[in-house]
Amino acid sequence: MSVQSPISSVNDFVVRFANVNGSGSASANELFARSILRHGVPVSPRNIFPSNIQGLPTWYEVRVTEDGHLGARGGVDMMVAMNPQTWDKDVASIEPGGYLFYDSTKPMPTSKFREDITVIGVPLTAITNSTYTDPRQRQLFKNIIYLGALCALLDLDPKVVEQLIGEQYKGKEKLLSSNVHALHLGRDWALQNLKCPIGLRVKKSDKVGDRIFVEGNSAAALGAVYGGATVCAWYPITPSSSVAEAFTSHCKKYRHDPETGKAKYAIVQGEDELASIGIVIGASWNGARAFTATSGPGISLMTEFIGLSYFAEIPAVIMNIQRAGPSTGMPTRTQQCDVIACAYASHGDTKHVLLFPEDPAEAFEFAAAAFDLAERLQTTIFLMLDLDIGMNHRLCRPLKWDDAKQYDRGKVMTAEMLEEGRDFGRYLDVDGDGIPYRTYPGTHPTKGSYFTRGTSRDRYARYSEEGAVYADNMQRLVRKFETAQDMVPRPLQANAAKPTKYGVLYFGSTSPAMDEAIGILEARGHQLDRMRIRAFPFHSSVASFIADHDFVYVVEQNRDAQLRQLIVNENGIDPVRLVPILHYDGTPITARFIANAIADHQDHLKVTPLRKAVT
Amino acid sequence: MTYIAKPKFHHPGLKKNELGYTHRDYEGKISTLCAGCGHDSITASIIEACYELSIEPHRVAKISGIGCSSKTPDYFLGNSHGFNSVHGRMPSVLTGANLANRDLIYLGVSGDGDSASIGFGQFAHSIRRAVNMTYIVENNGVYGLTKGQFSATADRGSKSKKGVTNTDNAIDLVAIALQLGATFVARSFSGDKTQLVPLIAAAIRHKGASFIDVISPCIAFNNHAGSTKSFDYVREHNDAVNRLDVLVGREPISVDYAPGTVQVVEQHDGTRLALRKLDADYDPHDRLGAQTFLQKHAAKGQIVTGLLYVDPDAEDLHTHLDTVETPLNTMDEKALCPGSAVLDKINASLR
Repeated sequence: MSVQSPISSVNDFVVRFANVNGSGSASANELFARSILRHGVPVSPRNIFPSNIQGLPTWYEVRVTEDGHLGARGGVDMMVAMNPQTWDKDVASIEPGGYLFYDSTKPMPTSKFREDITVIGVPLTAITNSTYTDPRQRQLFKNIIYLGALCALLDLDPKVVEQLIGEQYKGKEKLLSSNVHALHLGRDWALQNLKCPIGLRVKKSDKVGDRIFVEGNSAAALGAVYGGATVCAWYPITPSSSVAEAFTSHCKKYRHDPETGKAKYAIVQGEDELASIGIVIGASWNGARAFTATSGPGISLMTEFIGLSYFAEIPAVIMNIQRAGPSTGMPTRTQQCDVIACAYASHGDTKHVLLFPEDPAEAFEFAAAAFDLAERLQTTIFLMLDLDIGMNHRLCRPLKWDDAKQYDRGKVMTAEMLEEGRDFGRYLDVDGDGIPYRTYPGTHPTKGSYFTRGTSRDRYARYSEEGAVYADNMQRLVRKFETAQDMVPRPLQANAAKPTKYGVLYFGSTSPAMDEAIGILEARGHQLDRMRIRAFPFHSSVASFIADHDFVYVVEQNRDAQLRQLIVNENGIDPVRLVPILHYDGTPITARFIANAIADHQDHLKVTPLRKAVT
Repeated sequence: MTYIAKPKFHHPGLKKNELGYTHRDYEGKISTLCAGCGHDSITASIIEACYELSIEPHRVAKISGIGCSSKTPDYFLGNSHGFNSVHGRMPSVLTGANLANRDLIYLGVSGDGDSASIGFGQFAHSIRRAVNMTYIVENNGVYGLTKGQFSATADRGSKSKKGVTNTDNAIDLVAIALQLGATFVARSFSGDKTQLVPLIAAAIRHKGASFIDVISPCIAFNNHAGSTKSFDYVREHNDAVNRLDVLVGREPISVDYAPGTVQVVEQHDGTRLALRKLDADYDPHDRLGAQTFLQKHAAKGQIVTGLLYVDPDAEDLHTHLDTVETPLNTMDEKALCPGSAVLDKINASLR
C-alpha cells in the first residue's frame, strides 16, 4: 500500500462537523462558515439533521469553494468528529489523505483511526472542564473552543472571527468577551501543541463580492412582505415552518403602523393545513393578498381547497418547501418530489402554476411575483422551494426591489365601473385571455354581488348543470392557463461553447450542481446546451429547445422523473428523447453525480462502426 | 326552484326600514329546499333580523360549507357576496375573509354534518380564535342531501326514517361553544321565529364569536316518530330560559314587562338586549352555570333554548392580533412594501 500524502488545498475543501443535536453546535458551526466568507472566500454550508430535537446525530457541512461552486460536492476532506454515536461512519467517510479532528481527552484505540488520514486530537473536554464549571457553559463553549482550534489549523484570521462574534453579541459584553476568550483557548492550545496550519488552508480572497448569505425560507418570507401579503395562515411542518416564522419576524420589523403601532398584517397558526389554506382562500376572496407555507403532507391535505381555488377562481399563494416523500417520508431530507402533486393537485381536471426558484434571491423575487400572478390569474400559484434552498444559508446576489413597482391587483371591477354600467359576469371572458373580472364583497349596494361556489355555474355565476355551460367554463380555464404561459418567469438557456446535439433541462436547487457539472463534462469532452426551467406552464421555448437536440437530459431530484413526465404530457414530446437523470436519496444532488450519470450515458451513445465484411 | 326567476315587483306601500330598504331588499333567490323545510324559516328569520337592524345588505358576507343548510345563503341577501365553500370548512374561509376586511358583517351558515362531523375541528378553532362572526348551525340531526344518514348531533337512541336506532352519543355544539369561549351562545328552534329573529339580530351586533344552534327539522328525513329533531318532539321538549328583545339606538325600553323579570344587557356597540326571564334562576353571564344547566336539562330530555351566554365586553381576533383599523384588503404597496432603501439595509445585514 502506498503512503497516502495529506490533502493539500487552499480555499477548496469540505469540512464536515458531526454533532449531537441540541448540543448548541449550530451557532458555532455557522460562525465557522461566516468567518470563511469574511475572508472573501465563498462557502456553501448544509445542515444534515434528523427529525428530532435532542440527542440524535446531526451534521453541518461546509464546502469552501474559491470557484464559487455552491452545490454539494460529496466527500469530506476534514471531519470534525464530535459525536461518538457516528464515529465509525464519520471516520470511514473521510477522503483518503483527509483529516480527522477529534476530542482527545479520552484516549482512543488506534483501531478507531485510519492509516491514510491525518488524525488531529485536541483535548476539548479537558480544556473546557478546567475553565468552566457550569454544565451548559461547558457544552456551549466546547463548540467555540473547537472553532478556535480550527482557526489555527486552517489558518483563519482570528480578528475576523472576533469581529463576527462582536456583531453577534453586540450590546451583550459579557457573552462577547467570554466567547472570544473560549475562541483563544482553543486557538492557543492548537498553536502550542500542533503543527499549524495543516494542508487545508483558507487564504484571503475577493470572490464573495456583494453577495449575501441567507436562507431561502427567510428570503421567500421577505418576498411575501415586499409582495404585499397581509394574511398568512400556516401549520407547522418541517421544512417550511421557518417561512412563517421569518414572515412573522419581518412583519414585526417592517409592517407596523408608525403612528398607532398596529399591525398591517394578520398571521394565524391554523389547526391544520386545511384551515390554513381555507383562511388563505377566504382572505383572497375578500381581496387581501394571502399565503400559506407547507410541505408535501400539507399539500396532500390542501388539495380539495386547491381545486376550489382553480374552479371558483380565487387567488392563493402556496409555498411548498419540498422534502422527501411519500407519506411522512424523510421530513428533514431534500427532494423535488411534489412536481406532479402540485401541477395537477385536486380531483377533476385541474392545472396549476408552479414557480421554481434556484436560490434565495429568486425565492424572494418569485415570492413577491407570486402575489401578482395569483391576483392576475385568479388561481393558486405554487412557489416550489425545497429543503436544500429553504433551510440552508446560500450565497446569492443581493435582493433587489424597484420602488416604482405597483402591485398588479388583476381584473377587479370597482363600484365606479359598475356604476358606469359595465356588464359584470363573474366568469365572463371579456378580453379573450380567459380571465374574468371579479368584485370584492361589499363593493356596491345593488350591483356586482355574486355567489361563489365550487359547483358548476354559467358566465354570470348562476348555478348550472348544463353540459355545454360546464364545458364552456372548462375551456375558458384552459385559455387562462395558456395566458399564464407568457406571464410566468421564462426559462433561461445557456449554450455550450461548440454546437452540440445534446441538451440538459433542470430546475430549482439543482442549479449550482448543474453549473458545476457542465464544467466537469466540458473538461471530459462532453458539450451540452442547458436550459433552466423556472415555471410551469412551460414556455414554448422548452419545446423548441427539445426539438433542437437529439437527446435532452432531464436532471431532477425525485424517483419518477416528474418534470420529465410533465413535459412529455403537456408538450407531447417523444419520451425516448428525454433522458432522466435522477437523484433521490434525500441528499442534495452533486455535480459529481450529474457529470458521471451524463458521461455514462454519452459513452453508451458512442457508436462503434461495424467493419463491413469484405468479400 | 332557482330556474324560476323571482319577480322583482312588490307592493308600493311596503314598509321601509331606517335606511329605506324594504323587506324584499334582503331576500335572495327562490329556495330549492323541500317545501316546509326548517331551514327556510331560518332564512326568513335572517332576512327579518337584517331588515330590522337596518343593515346595508351588501355589507354582509355570507359564507357556508356544503349541505342543505349551506345552500341557503343563496336564498337571502341577494345583494351580498356569498361563498358556498368546501364541506366543513366554512369557519376557515370566514376567518380569512374577516381578516382581510374587518368592516363587513360575517354570517357563517352551516349544518350539523358540516360543523359537528367533517368540520368539527374548524368549528371549534374558529370559536377558540374569537372570530367576529355570527355562526349559525341549522341543526336537523341528519344528512339531508345524501338522503337520511345520521349526523353527529343525532341523539343516542333516536330512530332514523328507515328504522335504525342511533347508538352513538350526540355532540351538543352549544356545550362545546360554551367550553371553547364563545362570547355569545344561543339555541333556538326554526319553528319559533319570535325567539329566533332577535337572537340572530343580537348575534350580528355582538363583536366576537357568536354561535347559534338552531334546531331545524328535516321534513323529508327526520320528522317522524322516534326522531328527537322532529317538529313535534322539539315543540314538546323545548325549554326556553328567556325571551329576547334587541334594542338598537337610544329608544327607551317600552316593552311591557312585569318588574324584576327583565334583564338589560348592553353590548359594546350600544345595542341593548332586553331579556325576559322565563327561568328565574338562569343567569346568561355565568358560563359555568350555563354548562351545568344545559347538561342537567339534557339529561331530562329537555332542549334548552334562548340566549344562553353573553359577554358584552367580548374581544375578537383582530383585537388579539392588534391589526390596524383600515381593512387589510384596501392597502397598497405604499402601505405594505418596505421599499428598496430598507432592502439595502437588509442586504448589508446578510453579509
